[in-house]
Amino acid sequence: MLKTFPKGGVHPPENKFSASKPIEVLPLPERVVIPISQHIGAPSSPVVAKGDKVKVGQLIAKSSGFVSANIHSSVSGTVESLDPVLDSTGYKKPAITITVEGDEWMPEIDRTPDIRKEFTLLAEEIIAKVNEAGIVGLGGATFPSHVKLSIPKGKKADVLIINGVECEPYLTSDHRLMLERADDLMVGIMLLKKALGVERAMVGVENNKPDAIAHLKTVASGYKGIEVYALKVKYPQGGEKQLIKALINREVPSGGLPIDVGTVVHNVGTTLAVYEAVQKNKPLIERVVTITGKDIKNAGNYMVRIGTPISKLIEVAGGLPENTGKVVNGGPMMGKAINSIDSPVTKGTSGVILFPEKESLRGAPQPSCIRCGKCIIVCAMGLEPFLLNRLSQRKMFDRLEMERVVDCMECGSCSYVCPAKLPLLDYIRLGKAEVFAIIRARKN
Amino acid sequence: MNKLLVVSASPHVHSGESTPRLMYNVVLALIPALAVTLFYFGLGALIITSISIVSCLFFEFLIQKFLLKVKPTISDGSALVTGLILAFNLPSNLPWWIVVIGALVAIGVGKMSFGGLGSNPFNPAIVGRVFLLISFPVQMTSWPLPIESRMSYIDAVTGATPLAIVKEGLSKGELMSTISDQIPSHMQLFMGAMGGSLGEIAAFALLIGFVWLLLTRVITWHIPVSIFATIGVFTGILWLINPETNPDPIFHLLTGGVMLGAIFMATDYVTSPMHPKGMWIFGIGIGLITVIIRVWGAYPEGISFAILIMNAFVPLINRYVKPSRFGEVIK
Repeated sequence: MLKTFPKGGVHPPENKFSASKPIEVLPLPERVVIPISQHIGAPSSPVVAKGDKVKVGQLIAKSSGFVSANIHSSVSGTVESLDPVLDSTGYKKPAITITVEGDEWMPEIDRTPDIRKEFTLLAEEIIAKVNEAGIVGLGGATFPSHVKLSIPKGKKADVLIINGVECEPYLTSDHRLMLERADDLMVGIMLLKKALGVERAMVGVENNKPDAIAHLKTVASGYKGIEVYALKVKYPQGGEKQLIKALINREVPSGGLPIDVGTVVHNVGTTLAVYEAVQKNKPLIERVVTITGKDIKNAGNYMVRIGTPISKLIEVAGGLPENTGKVVNGGPMMGKAINSIDSPVTKGTSGVILFPEKESLRGAPQPSCIRCGKCIIVCAMGLEPFLLNRLSQRKMFDRLEMERVVDCMECGSCSYVCPAKLPLLDYIRLGKAEVFAIIRARKN
Repeated sequence: MNKLLVVSASPHVHSGESTPRLMYNVVLALIPALAVTLFYFGLGALIITSISIVSCLFFEFLIQKFLLKVKPTISDGSALVTGLILAFNLPSNLPWWIVVIGALVAIGVGKMSFGGLGSNPFNPAIVGRVFLLISFPVQMTSWPLPIESRMSYIDAVTGATPLAIVKEGLSKGELMSTISDQIPSHMQLFMGAMGGSLGEIAAFALLIGFVWLLLTRVITWHIPVSIFATIGVFTGILWLINPETNPDPIFHLLTGGVMLGAIFMATDYVTSPMHPKGMWIFGIGIGLITVIIRVWGAYPEGISFAILIMNAFVPLINRYVKPSRFGEVIK
């Protein structure tokens, strides 16, 4: 029996068209747009001015708090402007626009393909380097990684969990990375183990990637204390709480963090970034992005500099198909639809999916909930989405809090399965935001 | 690019599940039982089923169009299911106008008066059936004999149902060992060779429907299985205490409306609890009430009443019995 989380879950069609496509390096664009808020937490403060010359890997915006992250230039060239630019959400957001000139890297960055396994750094030094490199969770949540590595006083971790689940349909960037960069990944895991002071690391990969599992197992045997596990294919297994439950059968309490049950979870992409930051002095300036869709000519996986326009990625993949109706930044279950393909790839962009017109519009909702209970069965958090939806519509926020709307991780399984096609998650999101605001107000 | 892109909140994919698909799968699941009833009751079954379905659809259409003034949704399949199940609860020699009244009460009072699909607290088909049972007790309890009455409608030859024979016999002080000669064998019961309402007779056909509903994931097993288990255990205990005054549990499970009720009526989405814990409470309640009515009540059969009574508890169950939450802090 393969490990998995016990409660809820769905299995949407996988559609992993780009799984067999090796990671290629995307050619440099003419210009990059680097938003100063690509992470959860406070936006960074720019440290360059218009007209400045920058190199690849040079700090251009500084972390402005504990929960924030440094941002580095992903190209060499001239800072063109610091004016707000339309980002993928359709709003103008502060960003640094750089005109690309050549490809000149900061001298301290080790650009050789050699694997550097040895390290003598202390935990604090590793965490400082991760912080310096501006690493955030690359699975999509973009939470600053050094915060997760700094364990609060009185808490202790005994196992590190590495998330190679990639449960979102379509996406294959983590899959390719595990196949092609396994050794780098293992050194990254050793670094994270050292930073957390744990002996044991567990890598969870869903069983629809048997090649990655086999390869990781072989490579992991050369390192101490790294175990690789195949997991049953079920969405949302990549959710932190679900993955912890699946691998070590511990339940993160409501409102708690993984560290409350003695573990910390990092995505494989993040782990690779940690390796490069610590062993090669390379800040987070590029990431693997899947470009895919049912009608795209060359679905594939690309190493993309942060700030590259998504249109560049689409161009390389064979151009925007005639029938494209929707472009999604991220996976089909949790990704964000973008309103312009000129918006940039950011630290959280794991993939770009082009949906044909006929799959772009949601089905018209039926007049009413038929109380079938399917949303409850699929909810991995044991919530009652139909009820949260109703309470949110009626603005019954006390009751909504009591029914634990704050536990919702917005995985979308309820909306996915609803036979009446009700936009359950839309209302739950609204209600959740409202309840969070009420809780914050109460605290102050 | 000049074309505007669609921007909507996640998720961007849907399972393709739809209310009509669920409803029409229930209809498909009822087809084996319909075939069996046409075999046993022929003409009468055909007339009753047609009238019931047509009237249910017609009343839903009229009420939505002219009273509620909304776009009629009769194509969603829910009125079709109500019509079929109402017909399955009636004897095959029931006068046509009584069927029409039943459909009017089922759809008009049972469903639309509460606001239509999704809002009704009681199973509409059972509301219709119970209304008829109380209003027309004679017509509603004369049961045509299977096969013999295949070519007849109002003039069908009638007889008592096995449950009625047992109830009658026991009340006269007879023992099960003598009564058992007058009732069909377990195998005959399983195949449906007995008097009864259209759809309740053939256990095997209803079980085929059950398997279909499970395979197509229309329902989960919890409600039917908890009803079967409760009735089996409860009547089993009574039978072990005194087999001469209590029929065996297999007899109880195969007769009356247990199969039809547990598989197709108690599992109605709108009027049953929404998650497994609540479903168990609901199913056990139905099982207990059914047996109490059968053994100690005035009617030989009680599952319709049992379901209606438990329907009334559903809002309470949903309110206070919660699914086990992930990461619940144990105090």
